[in-house]
Amino acid sequence: MASKSVIDELKKTQILELLDKGERVDGRALDEPRELSIEINAIPKANGSAKVRLGDTEVLCGVKIQPDRPFPDMGDKGIFICTAELLPLSHPTVETGPPQPHVIELARVTDRGIRESHMVDVSQLVIEKDKSVVGVFADIVVIDYDGNLFDACSYAATAALLTSTSPKWTMVDDKPTIVEGAESPLPTTTIPVSITMGKIGNHIIVDPNGDEWASMDARITITTNSDGNICALQKGGNDGFTQEEIIQCGEISVRVGAKIREKLKEAQQSGQ
Amino acid sequence: MGGREATMVLLDENGIRCDGRKIDETRKIMIKAGVLKNADGSAYIEFGDNKILVGIFGPRDVHPKHMSDTDTGILRVRYHMEPFSVTERKNPAPSRREIEISKVIKEALEPAVMLEKFPRTAVDVFIEVLQADGGTRCAALSAASVALADAGIPMRDMVAACASGKVADTIVLDVNNEEDQAGQADMPIGYMPNLKKITLLQLDGILTSDEFKKCVDVGINGCKIVYELQKKALTDKYFGNGSN
Repeated sequence: MASKSVIDELKKTQILELLDKGERVDGRALDEPRELSIEINAIPKANGSAKVRLGDTEVLCGVKIQPDRPFPDMGDKGIFICTAELLPLSHPTVETGPPQPHVIELARVTDRGIRESHMVDVSQLVIEKDKSVVGVFADIVVIDYDGNLFDACSYAATAALLTSTSPKWTMVDDKPTIVEGAESPLPTTTIPVSITMGKIGNHIIVDPNGDEWASMDARITITTNSDGNICALQKGGNDGFTQEEIIQCGEISVRVGAKIREKLKEAQQSGQ
Repeated sequence: MGGREATMVLLDENGIRCDGRKIDETRKIMIKAGVLKNADGSAYIEFGDNKILVGIFGPRDVHPKHMSDTDTGILRVRYHMEPFSVTERKNPAPSRREIEISKVIKEALEPAVMLEKFPRTAVDVFIEVLQADGGTRCAALSAASVALADAGIPMRDMVAACASGKVADTIVLDVNNEEDQAGQADMPIGYMPNLKKITLLQLDGILTSDEFKKCVDVGINGCKIVYELQKKALTDKYFGNGSN
């Protein structure tokens, strides 16, 4: 979490000693993510939803699709917005009130990964140009915290969007009106997968758990699309990466991301 | 409210309601204790189509400090709905309705919790409505009681909650979303069955004094049904699949 405790410093010594021997506290390989489970349609009232568990980190995403006014300079495009919030029941240090900077970063990085991959085909979400478009809201809430929220949130939003169904609207008397029985899957073009890596000492580890997260010197989140291209990236933490390390991280994100993408495809098919 | 004409049949001639229930029947209820890793106590409830998660932290230091009380612990409750929990996306910021519900739930729980044993501390109750379908405050209150017990906080009794109401001129148990919209009255009740005390009571709608008595009676019976399920959730967690 945001503040480090004494226990974390003690654990950090142990985590680093293990890494020097090529081992991790929970027995994983350095480039091995935790077990990922995806429950589709956890919230039947939403247009699409997914509850994701990544190890002991648990997040829930619900997608709401409804008519909205377009942004003034983007009258020929629908709206996609992704938010993320840490619920106060997810960890003892989370407080109610306006979001902390690290939560704002989480929401923005998750949003950017999906937005920049052009996963949601916003050009198909226009009801009437410059007047009315379809808005897609992917709201993510963190239910239980054990590190690496970036990836858990990204997988939840992606899985929820992949299994969303959208009503169809037409303009009647200048108002968007639902066309009965014309529901269709939300138009998507690619499956973005975010992979977050932590740097502890000189070691790069994939999908840090809560203890590893608290011990990291730096981190990097890389999102790749279905073609294996990198579409978004965010470095964080108060240490740097060497050029070689960044290249290595890029390769890991493509390789590990491909496996996660298969999981997301499975979830998509289970929802059909 | 006020008995406007509904297009759907709220109660048919055989006494069956719009979702197939009898007048004295609750929706399907499932309660689970201890569902979160980080919280000191937690519970999950499905009450019909309502899905609600409750996490407890405490007793712990009070922050900001000036809120602390040297004579007793304090209870803080936040009732919050997710943006995707309702038909129209809800703004994530707390609404006036959520703030009021937080307050009535806090005041419904306070008589049950032995806060005086923990001076200068706070017990935080975080209620997250993942999906709403009428009667969330009752479901939330019932789940919060289970979560407090799961956190090992000393309690005099658990608060069980259920709504009763008036639909198609008949007093019914556990008003659902459609009945709340089109019905004539809705009365949520929170009740401590062992101490026989009502700790939450609200009403909107019009009832005669006879109907009012009947409504309280029906509601308390509903609370007793919920109470058994609350106890079962705790025995399931702490005694395996306990016998009762």
